[in-house]
Amino acid sequence: MSIINSMNLHIEAKSQNESFARSVVASFFVQLNPTLEQIEDLKTAVSEAVTNCIVHAYDKAQQGEIVIACNLSEKEIEVKITDYGKGISNIEKAMQPFYTTGEEGERSGMGFTVMQAFCDDVSVVSENGSTTVTLVKKV
Amino acid sequence: MELFIDFEGGSIVFRLVGELDEHSAEFVKRKLDSAITSENFNAAIFDLSRLSFMDSTGIGVIIGRYKLLKKQSKRAYVRNPSPTVDKIFRMSGLYEIITKI
Repeated sequence: MSIINSMNLHIEAKSQNESFARSVVASFFVQLNPTLEQIEDLKTAVSEAVTNCIVHAYDKAQQGEIVIACNLSEKEIEVKITDYGKGISNIEKAMQPFYTTGEEGERSGMGFTVMQAFCDDVSVVSENGSTTVTLVKKV
Repeated sequence: MELFIDFEGGSIVFRLVGELDEHSAEFVKRKLDSAITSENFNAAIFDLSRLSFMDSTGIGVIIGRYKLLKKQSKRAYVRNPSPTVDKIFRMSGLYEIITKI
C-alpha cells in the first residue's frame, strides 16, 4: 500500500506526554476523514502503547525516549511506537488479558487487549534493545 | 483531570471530569479513597458524563475503588459513559461488578 503522508514524534517517556502523544496521532489521522469512533479508538490504543513504554519499559522513574512513527495510506494509518527499554521477553504472555508485571497492584493487565479490540491489527517486535508496537487502524 | 463529589439521597456521586490515564490516575485514586473512607453514604455512583477519555489504567482505578467499597459492603454504580468508555467497560467485564444505571 503506498504511503501518502508520514510523521515522526520523539517524546520523553513521561506520563504528562501521554495526552499530547495520543492527541498528535489523532490529529494526523484526521487527514483520512475517520469517524469520531475511529479517532477515539486510535487515541485509546496509542495511550495503551505509550503507557506500556512509561510504566514497563522504563520502570517509570527511568528516563527514556519514545518514538512514534505514523504512516498514512489511502485507507489506513499505521502507528509504530518504539521504546529502548528493557524489552518484552515473552510477547505471547504479555498480550494475554489480565497479565501484568506491574508491581503496584492496581494494573488491569488489559493494555494489549484494549489495543487489539480498538485496532484492526496489533503486532509487537522486541529485539536488539528496542521494542516496537505496530497498530493499524483502517477507515 | 478534576473530581467533583456530591450527594444524591444516600449515595455519594463521583463526577470525573477530563482524561483518566496513567498521568492522572494517582490524583483520582487519592481523592476517591479519601472520600470513600471518610464520608457517610450507602452507595457510590461514578458519573462519567464529562470523562472525555479513559484507557486501561482507568480499569485498574475503578476495580481498586470497587474493592474498597466492597469491603465496606457498599454497592458501586456507573452512569453516562461515553461510547468509547462504555466499550472499555464492556470488554473488560467491569459491568459484571459495577452496574450501569
